[in-house]
Amino acid sequence: MSGAAGPGPPAGPGRSPLPCAPRPAAPLQLAGGAEPARPGVAVIDLRFPRGAAADVQEIVFRNFYTAFLSVRVQRPGPGGSRRWMTCLRDLCLMPCPHTEEGSQDYFCLHRHQMLCDVDQVTAMRFILRQPSPVWLHFTIEDLQIFPPGQKSPQKDFPSWLSQLTPPEQPASLHGELPDPEKVSTEVQQMWVLTEVIRARQAAARIGRFDVDGCYDVNLLSYT
Amino acid sequence: MLDPERGLSLTIARVVQRLQGSSLHSQLERQARVNLHKPEIKLESLKEDIKDFLKTSGWEKKLQNAVYSELNVFPSPCHPAAPPEHIKEPLAYMRKAQGSWEKRILKSLNSMCTELNIPLAQKRPANEQKELLNKWNEMGTDEPDLSLFRPVYAPKDFLEVLMNLRNPNYENGEQPSFRNHLGLIQVPLKVKDIPELKEDFSELGLNIGQLGIDDSAQVPPEFFENEHVRVGQKVLAEQDSAAAQQYVRQGCPTALRADLWALILNISNQPEDILYYEQLKSNVIQHNLLVDSLIYKDVKLTASNDDYYFVFEDYLYQVLLCFSRDTSVLEHFTYSSATPPKSYIQGKLGMEEYAVFYPPNGVIPFHGFSMYVAPLCFLYHEPSKLYQIFREMYVRFFFRLHSISSHPSGIVSLCLLFETLLQTHLPQLFYHLREIGAQPLRISFKWMVRAFSGYLATDQLLLLWDRILGYNSLEILAVLAAAVFAFRAVNLMEVTSLAAAEAVLADLSTLKVMPLLQIFLFATVT
Repeated sequence: MSGAAGPGPPAGPGRSPLPCAPRPAAPLQLAGGAEPARPGVAVIDLRFPRGAAADVQEIVFRNFYTAFLSVRVQRPGPGGSRRWMTCLRDLCLMPCPHTEEGSQDYFCLHRHQMLCDVDQVTAMRFILRQPSPVWLHFTIEDLQIFPPGQKSPQKDFPSWLSQLTPPEQPASLHGELPDPEKVSTEVQQMWVLTEVIRARQAAARIGRFDVDGCYDVNLLSYT
Repeated sequence: MLDPERGLSLTIARVVQRLQGSSLHSQLERQARVNLHKPEIKLESLKEDIKDFLKTSGWEKKLQNAVYSELNVFPSPCHPAAPPEHIKEPLAYMRKAQGSWEKRILKSLNSMCTELNIPLAQKRPANEQKELLNKWNEMGTDEPDLSLFRPVYAPKDFLEVLMNLRNPNYENGEQPSFRNHLGLIQVPLKVKDIPELKEDFSELGLNIGQLGIDDSAQVPPEFFENEHVRVGQKVLAEQDSAAAQQYVRQGCPTALRADLWALILNISNQPEDILYYEQLKSNVIQHNLLVDSLIYKDVKLTASNDDYYFVFEDYLYQVLLCFSRDTSVLEHFTYSSATPPKSYIQGKLGMEEYAVFYPPNGVIPFHGFSMYVAPLCFLYHEPSKLYQIFREMYVRFFFRLHSISSHPSGIVSLCLLFETLLQTHLPQLFYHLREIGAQPLRISFKWMVRAFSGYLATDQLLLLWDRILGYNSLEILAVLAAAVFAFRAVNLMEVTSLAAAEAVLADLSTLKVMPLLQIFLFATVT
């Protein structure tokens, strides 16, 4: 039903994520603390290769038991310096940190949700928090950053569906020939219609479960 | 997680896509086209005129109902990056558990085939086809020897699986700690507490009229009932699914129930639906399946022995056999954590173009499955309509009662909700039963898996299912199970064994559902 994404690395239609190399989540350590404690805070650092700066449109990831997420970005400051800025503060990913809700969901953060501009970003830092002690690990997975502009306009249904042909004056047959461009668009529309009808027929349920009239089955397959 | 705007446009796109292939779409198109020739349709305002016509002629209502039904059945779209299995079930360990449970069922079915030396499916010889067609309406008179067949699994086996379900990322220490649940279910799902349930089920409140409750002390009950029937007739006249769904939260008058449920489920029993049912019937006639024997056996073991339902035996065979051949049921696997079993046509093992689902609807019946159909036989006498109502009830609700998922209406959540409610409200009772080795869930599990069918008196069961439809949720089952324990708490505190506790709760047929639910939700001091 979803149809939006196949298996493999999830990607929207016609766009590719920015190349970047997130480091594995590092738990916060107390100085000199040898005990493997669970501090409830972890950090993922991300750099764009070769020091390139990137404009960020969308951040997509799959949660793994992180309850709150903050994001900081490194951007050019005044006088050529680089400044760290917080663009997202404690976004709630798990409404009730002790229970499963949201724990393995996919999330998508848009530019307009950010607290500051996210252009010319050279590095990013994801600060993950999990106040509940019941989870052994927490991180975020399949992290992808998408640049602006690439996003193909998502056409969910063809425009002719919502727009019937505008009412026109019947073309007068005397005197002039119909505008060839108009004829061609009309023919195109008819062609689209037949294509759609053909596609729809293929999608219709036939309700057959046999293959060429045969449904002799011996054993179930385990794969 | 999506921002609402994007979620909405995805939902719209999906509904449009799904309705495009439906017969409603072609009917609308046909009506619009026929109407073009009417004089009152002006060329200048064609679009508006046609829209007006569809509105006044009632077609718009039909479209609304179809959209509403889509919204009720399909989960709201999650992120487009989410793979299909994430829509089936977001938690990886639940998917895995469901997968291995399915494998167990497959193995059991395969070993039955091998032991009995019968194929899963084969074509019936012509004379058998004819014979079956002749006795289609009296299949119950047939007494095949089914002693060698056994149900693939019973609720008891399924409970064992759910008890062993663990989240690998959860601190499951050996020592009992605050992290372990005292009940049988050990997964940390979010379940509602009483204040949340009160809000959800606000229409069941103490000062709101209910069918199924006689508070005849001051006000004669006819007062509310007559008014409620009048409103019900109005709702039916309007043919509005959403209004009907709201209405049944206070219960259905018996005379209107069949029509109201059909309206909520958007079942209209059109000629093409009857045709589809006949097609399924001919598929039953043509092919003999092993699951048929399982269905026979199940009906004989359950409904045929039931005081209320034995008269419907023949109906049950018809509906369940047709159901097993219905490939449209496969669609529900897009939002169910379960996956239909696969097989290959004989001699074509491993060749993908000869891969088939088995049974054709992908659902393997278990012990008690026929009880999902039985109560509906009281409402619908026409087999094709009965069939459609059942199929819709199954793909909306019942599949959740026998698959492992984290959905709030899924059986795991229901079990946990039941245990949590009981533990918070009757801690002494819970502790007592636990100490004597009578974990409450061991008793209530079978009630919930069957949605109480076969345990309650029929009128009470239908009042309960009214609320399932009205709230589009199965959570009420867990609340009722807890309410039953609360009602019998005094007796249960005196028992000293599981058998004795089971005896106390063996007969639920005298219980009145609505007072129990009301008292538990609204009249208990929290």
